[in-house]
Amino acid sequence: MSHVTSAVRTPLVTGGKTYADVTEDISKQVEGAPTREWTIAFIIAVVVLIYGTACLFWTWWEGLGVWGLNKTVGWAWDITNFVWWVGIGHAGTLISAILLLFRQKWRTAVNRAAEAMTIFAVICAASFIMMHAGRPWVAYWCLPLPNTLGSLWVNFKSPLVWDVFAISTYFTVSLVFWYMGLIPDLATIRDRARSKVSRYMYGAFSLGWNGSAKTWARYEYMSLILAGLSTPLVLSVHTIVSMDFATSVIPGWHTTIFPPYFVAGAIFSGFAMVQNLVLIIRVVFKLEDYITVEHIESMNKVITLTGSIVGVAYLTEFFIAWYSGVEFESYAFINRATGPYWWAYWAMMTCNVITPQLFWSRAIRRSIVWTFVLSVVVNIGMWFERFVIIVTSLHRDYLPSSWAMFHPTLFDISDYIFSFGLFFTLFLLFSKFLPVVNMAEVKTIIKSSSEKLPASVSGVAKGERVANPTFNKDVE
Amino acid sequence: MSDAHSNGKFLVGIYDDDDVVLQAVKDVKKAGVRIHEVYSPFPIHGLDVALGHPRSRLGIAAFMFALSGTITALSLTFYTEGFDWPMIVGGKDSYSPIIYVPIFFELTVLFCALGMVGTFLVSNGLGPTVKPLMYDLRTTDNKFAMAIDLSKNNIGEVDIEQILKSSGAAEVNVKQF
Repeated sequence: MSHVTSAVRTPLVTGGKTYADVTEDISKQVEGAPTREWTIAFIIAVVVLIYGTACLFWTWWEGLGVWGLNKTVGWAWDITNFVWWVGIGHAGTLISAILLLFRQKWRTAVNRAAEAMTIFAVICAASFIMMHAGRPWVAYWCLPLPNTLGSLWVNFKSPLVWDVFAISTYFTVSLVFWYMGLIPDLATIRDRARSKVSRYMYGAFSLGWNGSAKTWARYEYMSLILAGLSTPLVLSVHTIVSMDFATSVIPGWHTTIFPPYFVAGAIFSGFAMVQNLVLIIRVVFKLEDYITVEHIESMNKVITLTGSIVGVAYLTEFFIAWYSGVEFESYAFINRATGPYWWAYWAMMTCNVITPQLFWSRAIRRSIVWTFVLSVVVNIGMWFERFVIIVTSLHRDYLPSSWAMFHPTLFDISDYIFSFGLFFTLFLLFSKFLPVVNMAEVKTIIKSSSEKLPASVSGVAKGERVANPTFNKDVE
Repeated sequence: MSDAHSNGKFLVGIYDDDDVVLQAVKDVKKAGVRIHEVYSPFPIHGLDVALGHPRSRLGIAAFMFALSGTITALSLTFYTEGFDWPMIVGGKDSYSPIIYVPIFFELTVLFCALGMVGTFLVSNGLGPTVKPLMYDLRTTDNKFAMAIDLSKNNIGEVDIEQILKSSGAAEVNVKQF
């Protein structure tokens, strides 16, 4: 699978790093004492989590009546937040699986953090499933278990049951994929560890890895199959989430465009969240040589593409609502754009369709500040997209006497805040105790894709590449 | 895993570069030395072939696990919806395999991934209580180690050391397990 990388390609690793530099730069933040910034951020996250947990317990104790739901709008922020988090959870496995199959080498620097983000986002999404079910202690009713409640089984025809299978499979496989990727790096930290505790902990979690050629060969083979499995899996998850809506007969939901439209939107919001996290990580952990402007630009290109797909989907939906001649459908869409929730609709349109188009400009695409701001805007827009789809479709029932509005209560908002506390607590723990960049994978691209120093300085460029500067041999 | 049973004296050649170690494997083998194993901080493409390791059969295991997942999903849906408690929801047939495709797919992927990773861990002898056999601690950082089992070679220690050095080894150490 060796192939050549043109020397005119921009390097993916700058600063003329050697293998030892990679280990040192990335292990450093795991081994050192927590920085002040990290400690402050962690305390804030935990405080938010504690507040959110308290509100969540009250939600469960008192019942879902504490939310602003009514008999017309029976699904609102809970499902909006669930779909939003699941969507965000699409970028990690997309980066590590699909980009592995496409041999996009820039993925090596960001896949670890993106996969961690995926796992934590799916945990947040799952927490909304638990919340909106109202009785988390009977969550096992979603599973096809033999029971004494009347020998009923779960309804396998329901997309909600498909969702149970899709999300739990996605979570499990993503977790396994991420953990397998971590093992060689955990072994690196184990072998550098000075304290007994960390040697024991990293030793246990690295499962006795010693990097033998046989293990590596099998490992590579396994990663390839896992990537092959995860690729359709990523696409299936949001497809099935979209079917929760698409298989119903609510105007505005009952459309066949939902699966591709949801998947594109998921990748769109996932990459935006990866941008936000990675832009912070690279500064705080001083990883600018590994996560370069090239990486950020590549991800912005994905955001532009998927954002445009989402834009086309919005317009197609509108067109079909008119072209179908179904008056309920037409009304649902006109009501979205001009009804009482017009502001949510136009917030969605602006944030998802208009502002990401700024990334056509190379200067904006490569600007850290613009990228950060636009990524936040994208995720605000994607939250509104789900809100618009869910609430505006429900709030106008078939009978005008049933028309209603949805107003969030303190608990709607607090339960959403809970998920942020959970997400950032987990992410900060990850960024302190685990290497945020995949060291082993970055080392594989050092020779072919890094900025070179003279051979005598770098100590790695001894091979034929120096004699033949036009092409670099790439070992992947 | 052969490592777990190996004991005795090893010569360990330490290399600085992955291309050098790949070439060294070929050179050392040509000189008639039996190589125990090579250890590296990242995968080196073609190294397993150069060492003569057989092609991994993990794919077969993965396929078998995938198949078992599909069969599980088929039998689960057929037993519950087609036999034990048929339900007609929305006027659809109580058992039509098409509507269960998402279940088939998800369980296939789940069984395949978990089964394959489990097989990988078992076949490589990896586990939380396993103590790694490290020929050199730097092989998880920036060095590449070629281990030679002296008990399995007829060539003398001094000669092997010379062969390793001339193949590009920066240093040659003795490791006793």
